[in-house]
Amino acid sequence: MNEERKEYWRWAESRWTNPEISDWQGRTITAGVDIGSTSTQAVILVDGELFAYSNMRTGSDSPESANHAMAWALEGTGMTLDDLQYTIGTGYGRVNVPFADKCITEITCHARGANRIYGPSVRTILDMGGQDCKAIHCDERGRVTSFMMNDKCAAGTGRGMEAIANLLGVDIGEIGDRSFQVEEEPKPVSSMCVVFAKAEVAALMRSGWSKEMVLAAYCRAMAIRVCKLLTRNKMEPDFAITGGIAKNKGVVKRIEEIMGVTALEPQGYDTQIAGALGAAIIAIDMLKKKRARGG
Amino acid sequence: MSKTGIFVGIDGGSQTTKVVVTAGGKVLAKKFAYTDFDAKDAASAALSEALAEAGLGMDDVAAIAATGTNRQLIDFANSYVNEIVADAAGVHHVLPGMSMILDMGAEGSRAIDLDENGAAKTYEINDRCASGAGTFIETCARALEITPADMGELSLHYTKDIPMKAQCVVFVESEVISLIHQKESKENIARGVLMGISTRLGSMFRRLGIREGIAFVGWPANNVGLVKCLEEDLGQKITVPEDPEYICALGAALCAEKAAKKKEAEA
Repeated sequence: MNEERKEYWRWAESRWTNPEISDWQGRTITAGVDIGSTSTQAVILVDGELFAYSNMRTGSDSPESANHAMAWALEGTGMTLDDLQYTIGTGYGRVNVPFADKCITEITCHARGANRIYGPSVRTILDMGGQDCKAIHCDERGRVTSFMMNDKCAAGTGRGMEAIANLLGVDIGEIGDRSFQVEEEPKPVSSMCVVFAKAEVAALMRSGWSKEMVLAAYCRAMAIRVCKLLTRNKMEPDFAITGGIAKNKGVVKRIEEIMGVTALEPQGYDTQIAGALGAAIIAIDMLKKKRARGG
Repeated sequence: MSKTGIFVGIDGGSQTTKVVVTAGGKVLAKKFAYTDFDAKDAASAALSEALAEAGLGMDDVAAIAATGTNRQLIDFANSYVNEIVADAAGVHHVLPGMSMILDMGAEGSRAIDLDENGAAKTYEINDRCASGAGTFIETCARALEITPADMGELSLHYTKDIPMKAQCVVFVESEVISLIHQKESKENIARGVLMGISTRLGSMFRRLGIREGIAFVGWPANNVGLVKCLEEDLGQKITVPEDPEYICALGAALCAEKAAKKKEAEA
């Protein structure tokens, strides 16, 4: 009965603990917290190995979001905030991580994180976030060599996809699969602006299009838009997609088709933790430097 | 056919459909309907209301000219007029001597440069992005829980300039909400939002080359705060005609009359 009130854009929050690491006392423990516009991740590494992470929605208060995400990552591990030897904050809200030792931009962190998740061969990274989209090029050590971003316009970002999910009443997690349930790929939605695209989608539905056709048309429009960003930066075949939209096959497959590449597999990692993971990896270097200085 | 001398202009906009009934250049009635999902239905509804108000029936109408985004959907019209031509005709009729026009709609805006006869010479248009359209004001007003008109009034009483960081309406909406949380006054937020749009509208004029004598038409022209911000951005007084939202429809009606007269003269 309350179906209209359902929030279709709500993606699933998650947390994970590595069952193979039980003996973490006395080892190097670093952490990264990525406060994005839409989601916040906390990652904890033990001797550089992934120990635990959490992925939640960002609240209206950034410091609180950072605290919540870290508390959730620590939950059930026996570890506390005091056990973290070095923590780096990253993302849009990075200056608001109360327990961080340092802040680093998310572009640097994403490249380092992607280097771990997809392997050192990855050169081109497309980070599709909640409110922006970045094309990053990096070297074999995950160091950024160039990047381009769109943070001016919601088209091509998670926010655009959320708006369509809500409008059509389709769970955001189902969009990818359903967008392929069409006999023939329809022409992409022509409006660039999210606000106008919503109106266009409503008109398409009225003219008899199925939700699946609309989703296909919207996913394709988004893919076309982000591919322009990729082409303008530097595109190499060893290519990976991070961020929330990497989980949407409807967009990923269409990007692959347009660019003529196959995105690297995340090898079991959650694509949304790339920034926080990169931050935690950089934290290891920072900790070493700090110790070398006798800090 | 034009014995009755009644000419109708219909402006099928993305949000509202406006109808003006005229005779000899004089407005007899004007009405609007929300376009919703059927532009033709909206046009018929507004037309019946307007004719009823003027005490006329469909048989009295000599010709109907349609303009606006949805003009082609209004299939009972006798002719179709480009909205730029209609704007120029409408403005020339009510405000002769203007040199430029700003027409702002719900989903787009255009700046028109006029020649010495008041006809459109060149124009700039933005219909790709909502950041310079009426929808932008509505979305921000909704976030502030006030009407767009109140937003204009409130903005006149600002005490501090708060430049909006974002341009995209989706992001500005979030920005407005966080400013509300930071206890920023509605007056200052309203001013920030309207100033942001004005700068974007102004840039269309800067591309055309700003000249003295700008008329502002379309529904948002009723927004006093927006007019004030535009005047600051463009560095001159902006003239808003009475009922600015009907100027484009009026222009279409005038075009229909002109065409009928021409035809008559030829016959």
